[in-house]
Amino acid sequence: MARETTRNRKLVFTVIGWTIGLTLFFPILWTIITSFKTEGEAIASPPSFVFFQWTLENYFEVQTRSDYFKHAMNSVIISLGSTGLGLLVAIPAAWAMAFSPTKHTKNVLMWMLSTKMLPPVGVLVPIFLIFRDFGLLDTRTGLVAVLMLMNLPIIVWMLYTYFKEIPGEILEAARMDGATLGKEIVYILAPMAVPGIASTLLLNIILAWNEAFWTLNLTAADAAPLSAFIASYSSPEGLFWAKLSAASTMAIAPILVMGWFSQKQLVRGLTFGAVK
Amino acid sequence: MGAITLQKVSKSFGDVTVIPGVDLEINDGEFVVFVGPSGCGKSTLLRLIAGLEDVTSGAIRINGTDATGMPPAKRGLAMVFQSYALYPHMSVYKNIAFPLKMAGQDQAAIKQKVESAASVLNLTDYLDRRPGQLSGGQRQRVAIGRAIVREPDAFLFDEPLSNLDASLRVNMRLEISELHQSLATTMIYVTHDQVEAMTMADKIVVLRAGNIEQVGSPLELYRNPANAFVAGFIGSPKMNLIEGPEAEKQSCTTLGVRPEHIAVSTDGGAWKGVVGVAEHLGSDTFLHVRVEGVGLMTVRAEGEFDLHHGQTIFLTPVPDKIYRFDKNGNAIR
Amino acid sequence: MATMHTQNTARLMMSPAVLMLLVWMVVPLGMTLYFSFLRYNLLMPGMEHFTGFGNYEFFLSDPAFFEALANTLLLVGGVLLVTVVGGTFLAILINQPFWGQGIVRLLVIAPFFVMPTVSALVWKNMLMHPVNGLFAWIAHGFGLDPVDWLAVLPLFSITMIVAWGWLPFATLIILTALQSLDQEQQEAAEMDGAGIVSIFTYITLPHLSRALTVVVLIETIFLLSIFAEIYVTTSGGPGTASTNISFLIYAEALLKYDVGSAAAGGVVAIILANIVAIFLIRMIGKNLEA
Repeated sequence: MARETTRNRKLVFTVIGWTIGLTLFFPILWTIITSFKTEGEAIASPPSFVFFQWTLENYFEVQTRSDYFKHAMNSVIISLGSTGLGLLVAIPAAWAMAFSPTKHTKNVLMWMLSTKMLPPVGVLVPIFLIFRDFGLLDTRTGLVAVLMLMNLPIIVWMLYTYFKEIPGEILEAARMDGATLGKEIVYILAPMAVPGIASTLLLNIILAWNEAFWTLNLTAADAAPLSAFIASYSSPEGLFWAKLSAASTMAIAPILVMGWFSQKQLVRGLTFGAVK
Repeated sequence: MGAITLQKVSKSFGDVTVIPGVDLEINDGEFVVFVGPSGCGKSTLLRLIAGLEDVTSGAIRINGTDATGMPPAKRGLAMVFQSYALYPHMSVYKNIAFPLKMAGQDQAAIKQKVESAASVLNLTDYLDRRPGQLSGGQRQRVAIGRAIVREPDAFLFDEPLSNLDASLRVNMRLEISELHQSLATTMIYVTHDQVEAMTMADKIVVLRAGNIEQVGSPLELYRNPANAFVAGFIGSPKMNLIEGPEAEKQSCTTLGVRPEHIAVSTDGGAWKGVVGVAEHLGSDTFLHVRVEGVGLMTVRAEGEFDLHHGQTIFLTPVPDKIYRFDKNGNAIR
Repeated sequence: MATMHTQNTARLMMSPAVLMLLVWMVVPLGMTLYFSFLRYNLLMPGMEHFTGFGNYEFFLSDPAFFEALANTLLLVGGVLLVTVVGGTFLAILINQPFWGQGIVRLLVIAPFFVMPTVSALVWKNMLMHPVNGLFAWIAHGFGLDPVDWLAVLPLFSITMIVAWGWLPFATLIILTALQSLDQEQQEAAEMDGAGIVSIFTYITLPHLSRALTVVVLIETIFLLSIFAEIYVTTSGGPGTASTNISFLIYAEALLKYDVGSAAAGGVVAIILANIVAIFLIRMIGKNLEA
């Protein structure tokens, strides 16, 4: 940063940068704008960008017609539930691997990763049959379990990389100071790891919220979260663009905001620490 | 009370034996320094005493009772780590109070002890700060404070000064020595720096490859090194260790001459050599001399010597300050 | 590096995670393998019987399989090409100082957080629709005939939709790697007389190679199982023009109820993914030691 950038150079990059940024963002922006139009205006040609009658009607319509909130609640329960359960299982495991590694630790971690790399379609048939036989099809319980297991390797891995950054000497100091294992975790590890745990939580909520393979294949009317519910708009008779836009906007808005806050952790989590 | 005895203590990590078997007696109130090159097992030995690692075989006795299987917290020892290992999310006050809180002491007693430790260590103004807001020296003092308040039977220091810059290191060295004088508690101090060992220790334990090479007071080790390794490790600048014909003349394999035990002359002497580099420190002059038939030697001349690169000089070792070592490196007396 | 006591506790704390993943991996995998050797159709319950490699023969000799394999590779390759080249370009651009850099960065990464079903629907209806879509309107503006993207160029269209979602991922990772590039190293190169092009070729690109490899490997893993975008936009059509292996297996299993042949397909998909996974695991494993 030792150099002064000339004004002109900066101006050129500003123009290019904003043009590309807005272009890439446009589909999202267009969805948001359309969600405030009437159905007629939504398919009007030429399309209007700002000067139309703004209305909130679609947002109410989506709710009354298709029980939007039921599906939104499903999304919330499934993403929070799978992430929460995942953390519960993963925190002790990551603690053990980070602070008491054996010569097998590395292999265990690699193996966990390898389960993440199985294509879901490879196990679609057995999972579907197991779900059918145990009455788990179209239930939130079943989906929570599957998404938890699917993201468990990422949760363990992320926590492991965060815990690894906490110097082992600090935990040893606590042990010397008379802390038991429980107190060591409560007073030392947990407070120090809060930022790491929080970003793991965030990223996994995002991943679970947006998951669409299992949600499409294992749910129907009852347990469908937003990612599967939205797909019902793909049928020709569901061609109401303004309502589709309203439903989409509501489905992506919370995640978009969370994603913006967790962009740094995203890189780390999704590359399993290979790029920092 | 802080007498610690190691009986045939050994430690292996899998197939790798780090400490083959160590016997050592540490008396109450002693300042003992474990010194040796990196990888010699000195930190491992300290961690065994602390209880942070299990011994593979042998026994550790603290104040006469067998502490071999005891968890770290029960041993009555306090440790200052190389990285200080302060709790970054707690204030200085809470850091120092932590061991007392773990011991279940009441708030008033904790407050009184933390404050008195803080005043001893000049930390009173910083009690509300986080470790991240402190300088290296202050962090070091917090770590010491956290150790003091427990009133342990012995303090363990694991290379505590290695993260400080040179001038601060000298100050902290003095502070720790003073602390030892005033507390009169056993201290075990690990370092790779022989200067720290020489200046602070009552008793130095020189380690190499997990074995104790020699135990003794700083001057004993300086005067009577048991072998060439100890001779080369203790003393600064390092002892010149000469092999070949000059050593054979003295009927030994290795001949040891300390740089400060060599007389320098421009007229004549035992060895003739050419000055390579002359380091003028004012109080001393260090000469790096290439000596015919011997090799490169370091010489310490007191005061200001007006010698320069390329000059021919003559060196004569002080006769009764010559060390002789046999082919196994052991001293010949 | 610790006492026996802590090590035993550690093993205990690891076991739930390890056991759960073990079951999650072994049971379905075993079942897939087992089904793949059975003649098993959900519409004919009780008629299951062993057929050896029959399902594999059926699945692998189906012309749809080769088309799906080709489509899978085209889809993965196309998205990789767009995201790696575009991502490098975007990362270098965003790394330059300009006004509103932070906001542009947020705009660029936003598509990654849009769930696949939403992005597929938005593109299908509001952008690519041949009558009312925005692209059609733009085409009219230039006096051209609008294209029915998903009917005429289904695979290309899906590639674009998917690439739009993954471009931010590549950009973000390459940007992270760029920002860890040592400023002094660049300055040293400049002192040594290297120009912008030389610095990019000899300093920047080698520094990025690791990040680029990671992007390629991880995207490949995810892109091999693209499903929702196809499900929502074309349902694999027209014909099988945009069917990839994931969708083909889905169709066998849940549209034709042919469990045996879908399971055989699943085994094939797993083998394909493993070829990529081996490289990725090795790379990450090396990183663990560092």
